[in-house]
Amino acid sequence: MAFDSKDTAAFHGVWVFCEQRGGQIMSTSYQLLSEGRKLADDLGVELCGVVLGSEMKNEYVTALGGYGADRVFLCDHPMLKDYTTAAYTKALCALVEEKKPEILLIGATSIGRDLAPRCAARLHTGLTADCTHLDVDVEKYKAFLRSTSNIDVDNTKFEENSNLKMTRPAFGGHLMATIICPRFRPQMSTVRPGVMQTQPFDEQGAQKVVVETVPVALAPEDMHVELLEIKKAAKQMVDLVGADVVVTVGRGISADPEKGVALAQELANTLGGVLGASRAVVDEGQVSADHQVGQTGKTVHPRIYVALGVSGAIQHLAGMQDSECIIAVNKNPDAPIFEVATYGIVGDLFQVAPMLAEALHAEIAAK
Amino acid sequence: MKIIVCVKQVPDTSGVVAVKEDGTMDRAKMATITNPDDLNAVEAALAMKDALGCPVTVISMGPAPAEGMLRELLAMGADEAVLISAREFGGSDTYATSQILSAAIHKLGLDDETIVFCGRQAIDGDTAQVGPQIAEKLGLPQVTYATDIQVDGKTVTVRRQLEDGYMTLRLQMPCLITCIKELNMPRYMSVAGILGCYEKPLHVFDYTTLGDEALIEPDTIGLKGSPTNVYKSFSPPLRAKGKILEGAGKETCAELAGILRAENLI
Repeated sequence: MAFDSKDTAAFHGVWVFCEQRGGQIMSTSYQLLSEGRKLADDLGVELCGVVLGSEMKNEYVTALGGYGADRVFLCDHPMLKDYTTAAYTKALCALVEEKKPEILLIGATSIGRDLAPRCAARLHTGLTADCTHLDVDVEKYKAFLRSTSNIDVDNTKFEENSNLKMTRPAFGGHLMATIICPRFRPQMSTVRPGVMQTQPFDEQGAQKVVVETVPVALAPEDMHVELLEIKKAAKQMVDLVGADVVVTVGRGISADPEKGVALAQELANTLGGVLGASRAVVDEGQVSADHQVGQTGKTVHPRIYVALGVSGAIQHLAGMQDSECIIAVNKNPDAPIFEVATYGIVGDLFQVAPMLAEALHAEIAAK
Repeated sequence: MKIIVCVKQVPDTSGVVAVKEDGTMDRAKMATITNPDDLNAVEAALAMKDALGCPVTVISMGPAPAEGMLRELLAMGADEAVLISAREFGGSDTYATSQILSAAIHKLGLDDETIVFCGRQAIDGDTAQVGPQIAEKLGLPQVTYATDIQVDGKTVTVRRQLEDGYMTLRLQMPCLITCIKELNMPRYMSVAGILGCYEKPLHVFDYTTLGDEALIEPDTIGLKGSPTNVYKSFSPPLRAKGKILEGAGKETCAELAGILRAENLI
């Protein structure tokens, strides 16, 4: 039967594209499976992980069951070892056309954001980028709106259906929009890494998961692009997203960037955390881009977030305001960062940061 | 060889942001700029023109005022501009937008010596979807997140940024490449360019111009042709305002450290 994305009734199940690089599953995939599990339970359907790769280790594949997948479709082919747009699009679309999932979630990594739109265009369906919240159940969606929006939920009409309600920031975080794709399937969404929480690994799930190896029809002429080289960045990547403590520097360090970064790093070391940076600091080349927090950087939710000389542009707030405790140090008492700070100190970071490091050190030592 | 660059005029979200009472953006009250990543795409095209002499066409879908932006891009050095503007195109999501832009590119003519450039994403939506969707609809190979582009005959070698490094890819024209700020530093308009920009051709493609294109169907463009719809929009929540501590000296720092310990945060 020909594939028809408008035949919405023919589509069932929630899928998560589980991205791998170098044979390792990306942690975003676990976050998406945890979120996908909730959606699948609300819909009463199966949750399936989809892995495209070559000679993947079996334990990595079954581990997806430990994060919630009932079933894994494994597309194993030498041409899927490393990501290329054409081969991945062909394999993933072929599987979607055959199995017809109603929801397809893809991590908004630089690879997911290359693959997802290409697939959506080929399948003729809608795609919502960089979602931060997903619901199928209307009551749960209302509860979400009650806690996070200015909408008068009780006096607003909501259509009762199980369309995926995909909420995302727009206009650099100034607005939130909930998007639906009512007439086409699958409903596709990319989700920002670090936004969804990973549920604890469940050994039983990993034992129960059904792994289905899917035949892949790919020929060299499907490639279109020749992959010459993949190079990992030489230095250790910063794990901002998973960090417990993040100490971020902003434009306030510009008087002496080197010293400002050193002070922040010292404070981060004291707290066992990592260094973050605002976009301004990264654009100036004072800290490398992998440290960037915010709309165009990473979304973090550590227990402690220290903002040193960060003014708090809305794009920055979008990436850190879910932190448990936010500490802001800024010379300007009117800086927007103080609007979201749990504790604020109005002062010069060059003076406050070393004193704060010392005080924290003393407090930790006294424990 | 020729180059087509897709650009968008966007509200400047880093400046004053106006929100209407119904929760939508008041675009009329906001300053508009050329989308930053698109300027990197234009620069990539102009650098290639400097080296190889190929003509550069900039195209944009948007309301009539976007013509001003296109004139600026002509002043930077582009040779020709196309404004795609029609009531029928309004309300398009990324799927429908890419459908219309693809139709316009098809009308301009794609041959085996054409490169289409886009910015990675626009700052009003941050979706990064339109570039790959155009590539799919025109059947072109794509490379997104380009940080380096080398051309040798019809062969293009592109370095693509990843979160944990990069990959290098080789492909043949025609192809589509999306550009990021690490690729280059966009040039300014020159005085001669500004003086000459009104002499250069600026065409308007409306519904009639593109109506015969196979990609333009009532159910693939505009609001009606958009698979996605806005269900609700609202202002993002702000956290409850916290406490500004007194002073900024040793005692204040000690007080804060004490609070963090009392709250079991350290």
